[in-house]
Amino acid sequence: MAQAIAFYFIAACILGFAVLVVSTKDTVHSVLFLVMDFLFVAALYVLLGAEFLAAIQVLVYAGGIVVLYLFVVMLVNLKRPPEAHSDPHRRTMLGFLLAAAVLVEVGAIAVYGHSQPAMVPVPGAAMPVTGNTAQIGWLLYTSYLIPFEIASMLLLVAMIGAIVLAKREL
Amino acid sequence: MIDTLVIPLLKIVIVLNATLVSVTYMVLLERKVIAWAQSRLGPMRVGPYGILQPVADAVKLMIKEDITPVRADRWVFTIAPIISMVPALIVYAVIPFGPEVKLFGRQVTLYITDINVGLLYIVSVASVGVYGIILAGYASNSKYPLLASLRASAQLISYEVAVTLTLVSVIMMAGSLSMVSIVRAQQSSHMWYAFVQPLAFLIFFIGGLAETNRAPFDLPEAEQELTGGFHTEYSGMRFALFFLAEYANMIVVSSVATTLFLGGWLRPFPNVAFLSFLDFIPSWTWFLVKSFVFLYIFIWVRATLPRYRYDQLMRLGWKVLIPLAIANLVVTGIIKVMLL
Repeated sequence: MAQAIAFYFIAACILGFAVLVVSTKDTVHSVLFLVMDFLFVAALYVLLGAEFLAAIQVLVYAGGIVVLYLFVVMLVNLKRPPEAHSDPHRRTMLGFLLAAAVLVEVGAIAVYGHSQPAMVPVPGAAMPVTGNTAQIGWLLYTSYLIPFEIASMLLLVAMIGAIVLAKREL
Repeated sequence: MIDTLVIPLLKIVIVLNATLVSVTYMVLLERKVIAWAQSRLGPMRVGPYGILQPVADAVKLMIKEDITPVRADRWVFTIAPIISMVPALIVYAVIPFGPEVKLFGRQVTLYITDINVGLLYIVSVASVGVYGIILAGYASNSKYPLLASLRASAQLISYEVAVTLTLVSVIMMAGSLSMVSIVRAQQSSHMWYAFVQPLAFLIFFIGGLAETNRAPFDLPEAEQELTGGFHTEYSGMRFALFFLAEYANMIVVSSVATTLFLGGWLRPFPNVAFLSFLDFIPSWTWFLVKSFVFLYIFIWVRATLPRYRYDQLMRLGWKVLIPLAIANLVVTGIIKVMLL
């Protein structure tokens, strides 16, 4: 019961802040609402018993990435004149189409998810380690080793790309 | 009921009050120590040897007029001091002041909670604290606070990388993210991690100085260049919150350093039976003494060293500390796999 109340409260907050992110005029306020949104997502992870993921969510998203957003927003003057809202190149129809596609997809996942058994057994469920963090580490370095390495390779490529872009004469 | 609600609440109340009182007295200690370093007396008027100065300061700051600049972003201007104060306080939830003790016939742990991602919790909460500084500078709508807050946040983000990397090597040694387990691991390995990981200890301490904006890294508060820092436009109690947050962060860094590198609540040589007569001193006293040593060094450094230049600061962070921290991490990993 308490779990359900907490979940619905957190979910309502996530949705409310998400709406505020896109509806607020002031860009800095918008970024702040995004931080609140990330913090509530972390709270949702805690509710699911995934403390490690929650801490990482706060550390990486709320504390790391959004700070950089804030830097960009503060340094670039985004106080646009009102005519930006009547931009003739806005593709409103395309936006609605994309939103409809996402809605259909989410609906399909929800319907499909209901027809499946509730709990999918985790691969390698017989793990020699206990505790949230240790289990994540174990899974990452055994069952999911190749995806993990590919993801780190992608990040490395992105990092090198950023350095090359920033420093043209190396 | 008593174990799940009353005792944790009591602990929270005690820890919060103790922190706030020690923060105010840190201010007095700093003024006194710096005065002695400069052959002065420091505050002497309020109470014997100025011992009641923090009370007078608190009363003054609370009854002062609280001004919000006209052009400021009111909403953000109000929450910025709160954002910088709160993370500094909630970190104490996972800091272990001692092991289990028997108190009034009941087993009580001398920490509020021991979560299995304790260290990660501290790092992530601390990373949210940056917002207080950035938003204060932005919301003031004034050039010096903005410059100071950009400096402060750039400095924080840069040094956070090095500090987090040193934490990883400690985690590798201890094999756990929980603060209590890290202390216990130091007991079972018969060694404080300051001796196993001297480089990590040094980098953590330098990074801690930089992350709390202390001398010699106090560029965000360089009075000569910035007329005060990111809190220039703040007055009264809201200014006091920033001020207190800085000292609360110093205490946090000292407590974390004590827990990770100096064996937390353990007495010196915890496994030498010959020294077991030291056990009559309660464990939390050892913790407090070790943290106090750190706090004293913080003040001592401020009284001794001149300020870095901004480019020197960034070079030290990115070109010296981060490579050293990564090298330390790699060497720790190799030794851990090869030898242990």
